[in-house]
Amino acid sequence: MDAILEILVNPAVQAILKIAVIVMGFVMLTGTVLTLMERKWMSAVQDRLGPNRANVGRFTGHGILHIAADGLKSIFKEDTIPEGADRVIFTIAPFFALFASIVIWAIIPFAAPIGGFTFQITDVDIGILLVLAVTSMGVYGAVLAGWCSNNKFAMLGATRATAQMLSYEIFLGLSLVGVFMVNGSVTVSTLVENQNTYWFDGLIPKWGVFTQPLAFVLFFTAMLAEMKRLPFDAPEGESEIIAGYFLEYSGMRWSTFMLAEYLAIVGTAGLTVTLFFGGYHIPWLFADGFHLFGWILELPVWLVALLQIGAFITKTIFFCWLVIILRWTIPRFRFDQIMELGWKKMLPLALANVMVTALVLLAIDHWQAG
Amino acid sequence: MDIGGALKAELKVKVVDRTRGFTEALYLPAILAGLRITVRHFIRNMFGKRDVVTISYPEEQRRISPRYRGRHRLTVREDGFIKCVACYMCEEICPANCIHIESGEMEDKSVEKYPVVFDIDELRCVFCGLCVEACPKDAIRMDTGIIAMAYTDRDRFDFTRDLLRDPYHENEKTKFRSVPSPATEAEALPHSEGKLAE
Repeated sequence: MDAILEILVNPAVQAILKIAVIVMGFVMLTGTVLTLMERKWMSAVQDRLGPNRANVGRFTGHGILHIAADGLKSIFKEDTIPEGADRVIFTIAPFFALFASIVIWAIIPFAAPIGGFTFQITDVDIGILLVLAVTSMGVYGAVLAGWCSNNKFAMLGATRATAQMLSYEIFLGLSLVGVFMVNGSVTVSTLVENQNTYWFDGLIPKWGVFTQPLAFVLFFTAMLAEMKRLPFDAPEGESEIIAGYFLEYSGMRWSTFMLAEYLAIVGTAGLTVTLFFGGYHIPWLFADGFHLFGWILELPVWLVALLQIGAFITKTIFFCWLVIILRWTIPRFRFDQIMELGWKKMLPLALANVMVTALVLLAIDHWQAG
Repeated sequence: MDIGGALKAELKVKVVDRTRGFTEALYLPAILAGLRITVRHFIRNMFGKRDVVTISYPEEQRRISPRYRGRHRLTVREDGFIKCVACYMCEEICPANCIHIESGEMEDKSVEKYPVVFDIDELRCVFCGLCVEACPKDAIRMDTGIIAMAYTDRDRFDFTRDLLRDPYHENEKTKFRSVPSPATEAEALPHSEGKLAE
C-alpha cells in the first residue's frame, strides 16, 4: 500500500495519470462524440432528423452507433498514398494537426488545486504563451499535407491555410495581451484565480469577458480562423477546392485530420472558458462554499472540486456547441474578405484594445495612488 | 429621357438599399440575429415539438398523387378476364421497347383475342406512361402506387402477365417466377372457367 502511494505521489506518475484521464477521458471522448453531435445539431437547425440508421439488431440509440460505424469504416478503408507524393511527410502530416489540438490541454485546469494536487497537467510559468506557440504549430499539419500531396487543389488549400493562419495568429496574440495586462501574469492558474475576484462587494465576478469584452470577440474570432472553422473554412472550401489540404487523404489518416479538427473545437472551447469565462469557477463559489451578500453555504472540499469540474465541462461543451451552431449560421467568407477582415479590421481593433487597456490601467493606478 | 427609370417603373423593380451602415460593418448584430434563428430551430427540434421535414422512408411513406406513374397493372373485366385484346399498340409506342406481347385466340366469343404472353421488363421501362395513353381498351394502367421496386435478382423485374394482372394481392405481386411462360387458360381465366368449358 505504501509502495503504491509512494508511486502515486511521484509528480511524473501523476502527470502521466492526468494526461491519460484528461486527454483520453475527456478531450478524445468529447471530440469523438462531437463528430456525431455536429451532424445531429446541424440537422436540428435545418429541421431534419440527422443520422439515425446505424444499428445493432433493433438498437439504434438515436444514431449514437454512427460513431462506432464511422470509426470501423475508416479503419477498413483503403489508405492510399498518391503517386508522386512524399511518403514520409504524407504519413506524419496528420499527426502535426492532432498534436497541436491536444497539447493545449497541458495547461488547462479543471478545478482549483487541493493541497499540493492540481487538476491541471502542468502549470508552466509561460502559461498561455505555450498555447500561442503550439497553435502556430497547427499550421504545419495543413501545410505539410497540402505540400506533399502532389495535388494542385491540396496545394491551394495549404496556401490559403498558411496565409489565413499567419494573419490571424497576429491578433490572436495581441488580443491576449490585454488579458495579460489586466492580470499582470501569463500563468494559467493566476489568470483563472483572478477571475474569482468580484466587483461591487462580491456581486459581479471579474470574468475575462467582463474585463476584456473586445479581447473576447477578437480571441474567439481568431481561434475560429486558427482551427479553420466556418466562417473561415476557405482552406477546405468544398465548392472551390474540393476538400483543400487533405484532399488526397483517405481512411484512418483522413479521420485523423477530422478528429484533429474536432479536438481543436474542444481545445478552443476550453481555452475560451479558461481565459474569459472564469475557467472552473462557479460565481460566488469559493474553496469553502458559496459566499453571497454575507450569506455562506459551507461545502466539503471534494464537493467543491466536483462542482468545479462539472462547471468547467459544462461551459466547455457549451462553447463547443456555440462553435458548431455558428457554422450553420454564418456563410463562408470569401478569401479576400478573410484577409481584409484580419488585417484591416481585427488587427487595428486589437492594437486599440491594448492601448485603451493600458490607458485605463494607468488611470486606475493614478487614481488609487493619488 | 430616363430609360432606366421608365423601365424600372414598368417592371415594378423593388430597389433594395445596400448601403452598409455602421451596425452592418460591425458584423456582430447580424451574426446575433442569425444565431437567434438557428438557435430557435435548434431548441424547437431538440427539446420542443419536433418540426422536421424528414420522412423516415421505409417506415413512413410519402402520400403519392393518384396520377403518379408507378408499376403497371393490367385491368380486368367484370368477369375477371384481362381487358387486354393484344392489339400491340402499347408495344409499338413504347420508347424503351420493354413490352413484349404474344397474342392468342380463344373459343370464348367474349374474348376472341387475348395476350398469351404480356411481359414488361421494368428495368428497361422509363415510366413515360405512353402505353397507358395508347391503350384503346383502358387495359393497362400505372396507378398501382408501387414506386420502388427493389429486388436482388434481375429476373424479378420481368413482370409477366399474371404478375401484372392483380397487383393488389401481396403474394401475387411479389411472387418470383424466373421463366415467364404462357399461363394455362385456367390460370388466366380464374373467374370464367364455366364459360370456357362451354
